[in-house]
Amino acid sequence: MSNDINLTKTLRERRIIFLLLVLAVAIPIIFPLGLKTHSTPLTEKAFELIESTPAGSPVIISFDYDPSTVTELQPMAIAIIEHAWRKNHKIIAMAMWPQGSQMADMAFAEVQKKFGEEKVYGVDYVNLGYKPGGMVIIQAMGRNLKTVFPKDTAMIDYDDIPILKNIKTIKEIKYVVSLSAGDPGLRDWIMTANGKFGIPVAGGTTAVSAPGFLPYVNDQNQLSGLLGGLKAAAEYELLLGYEGTASRGMNPQSVAHIFILMLIVAGNIRVWRNRKKEKMAKEVKNG
Amino acid sequence: MAELMKTIGIWLSAYFTLSIFSFLYKDNPFYKLAEQIFVGLSAAYWLVYTIYNILIPNLFNKLFTDFANNWILLIPMVLGIMMLMRMFPKLEWVSRYPMAIMIGTTAAIAMLLSFQSDFLSQIAATIVNPFKFSSPVDIVGTILIIIGTICGIYFFYFSKKPEGFYKIPSKVGIWFLMVSFGASFGYTVMARISLLIGRLDFLLRDWLHIIK
Amino acid sequence: MKSKIPQFLAFISGVVILVAAFIPHTPFGMFEETLTNWFMIISSFAILLGQSSLIQSNLAKISQKAPDWKYHIATLVSFGAMLIFGLLWGMENTPGILGQGEKIAENLGAKPFDYLFEYAFMPLSSTMFSLLAFYIASAAYRAFIFKTFESNLLLITAVIVMLGRTSFATVLTSWIPDSLHFLRLPELTDFIMQYPNTAAQRAILISAALGVVGASLRIILGIERSYLGGDK
Repeated sequence: MSNDINLTKTLRERRIIFLLLVLAVAIPIIFPLGLKTHSTPLTEKAFELIESTPAGSPVIISFDYDPSTVTELQPMAIAIIEHAWRKNHKIIAMAMWPQGSQMADMAFAEVQKKFGEEKVYGVDYVNLGYKPGGMVIIQAMGRNLKTVFPKDTAMIDYDDIPILKNIKTIKEIKYVVSLSAGDPGLRDWIMTANGKFGIPVAGGTTAVSAPGFLPYVNDQNQLSGLLGGLKAAAEYELLLGYEGTASRGMNPQSVAHIFILMLIVAGNIRVWRNRKKEKMAKEVKNG
Repeated sequence: MAELMKTIGIWLSAYFTLSIFSFLYKDNPFYKLAEQIFVGLSAAYWLVYTIYNILIPNLFNKLFTDFANNWILLIPMVLGIMMLMRMFPKLEWVSRYPMAIMIGTTAAIAMLLSFQSDFLSQIAATIVNPFKFSSPVDIVGTILIIIGTICGIYFFYFSKKPEGFYKIPSKVGIWFLMVSFGASFGYTVMARISLLIGRLDFLLRDWLHIIK
Repeated sequence: MKSKIPQFLAFISGVVILVAAFIPHTPFGMFEETLTNWFMIISSFAILLGQSSLIQSNLAKISQKAPDWKYHIATLVSFGAMLIFGLLWGMENTPGILGQGEKIAENLGAKPFDYLFEYAFMPLSSTMFSLLAFYIASAAYRAFIFKTFESNLLLITAVIVMLGRTSFATVLTSWIPDSLHFLRLPELTDFIMQYPNTAAQRAILISAALGVVGASLRIILGIERSYLGGDK
């Protein structure tokens, strides 16, 4: 009987928490608080890598994620493409996750709205699609890019794509940005593209995996900058001077964090009161 | 027509979004249906991409258009077909051949790359003179990195319960790990909330048009 | 033969890759290139295998009328629809068996495969993972309790990082004088992430790397055979 009451109470508490969380996120989306974010060194480092690469350089953006992390990684993809195009880099898009190829097309379409006909498929960017195998495939790209990608997603031959004309292996790529939601992803690029071929690698990851990549940001330059989660995407938008979906998202994000902190405080008060009650009951029992 | 289909699409998205959210109340048929549709779509998606992004350009197209120069690809094709034999219990052993090649290749590549990136480079990045920095924050931080890394490894590698003095590095290792797990929890909250923001933004903006 | 030859194949492929790393010239370089390219083709068949066993298991559940078997029909129907649309008209700018399907794409606003991706797969996938936000909120209330020194360390760090990564952090601690700027929440968070967190994660990386080297050697030398699925 007492167990049933506890279970009902727990369920009720849980549903109240769920409802409050929805409100904590929805209200700042409807009524933005106008909160601003500031950039951090890790984001600035990634920005600097793209900023300092000469115009016309061939670069790889690897879309190693799927729609489950689209809120965090798609604004990064859009910002990175915009930055690379502003610097006139030639973007070679590929994916180690099957859904990544489609995420790439969506991101290009979004940025294309700003650049219009200035950026041409095949000349300024290309989508080579999905290949499985993680580090094995990157290793193969070090031998011969055409063998791994005989055609792009439109089934155009490698040799007929102007952007790829003078690129034989991955060693000719000036930097790699991997937008990564897990495995295979950024770790494979760090180990292979940087560790084996010495290409600068920057990464955009979900906030969940960001802490695990920090050891690679070191004086060995294994990772030249890291964007971790929505906050970093907002920082990148700030550095580029526009307010996109990530910047807008920082309002509900901040309020929800405060809400979670309030839950931690409330949870501790609840436990403290229960402990006190139990102690008092024990004292009464013992006379 | 396309405009109408877009509206239908948005309602379909909203239906699926709410179906999944309904699980928060309790398990129910809407959730179960949405979950199974997700599994089906996901599997077919992967299959279609495997066919169009790998099998056609990297195998069949090469074999059909230039067999003389690509006949060697018959070997991985046969190995691939052998892999499919895993579906039949009596022929399951045939799939061990391609599996062995894949595992052997991955193991060797992973061994070389992990040793370089996660062992040698990480040690090189740790052995830094803290006093080369001018800022006290960097000096303290670098000392913390050296102590934390050594104590962390000590904790992982000396699994026998340490006694007396030997307890100290193990204990310090745990403290560093706890700080790191706390940071990871903070970042996990950030990630999960971001995903929720994405979905609520869709419902409020694209579906209900409450915000522009 | 059923287990010795696979062990030998794992050994040979492993050794070829290892030797090619030190002698990248012909013939080892060529062997390595061939092996890595074969890897991609074989792994695509492995993906086919995964999808086939999914279909098999769903069919089995339906035929055995397992609990909730009716929902597995939905799995097969959605699988079939996405597969057929993809094969017939392709996706994105990839042509299918019937070409690019311009007419149907004009009516639908996108190719059928892409339409299903955008309006069914995307919301399902992202909503499924967003559910975790609710459970993490519930866990914060129930499980994040002051207890031992170690758990307190975890809790305090989590609180600082969570607060430090909000837009409120700057406002909350802007009163701290410049001489103590490192105590301001955003900077304190950066410090935690850059130093103690990096130290712990580095210890994990180094330890795991040694584990990977050991496990890989065991596979290449044929000591580890569990991937063969038994010793028959």
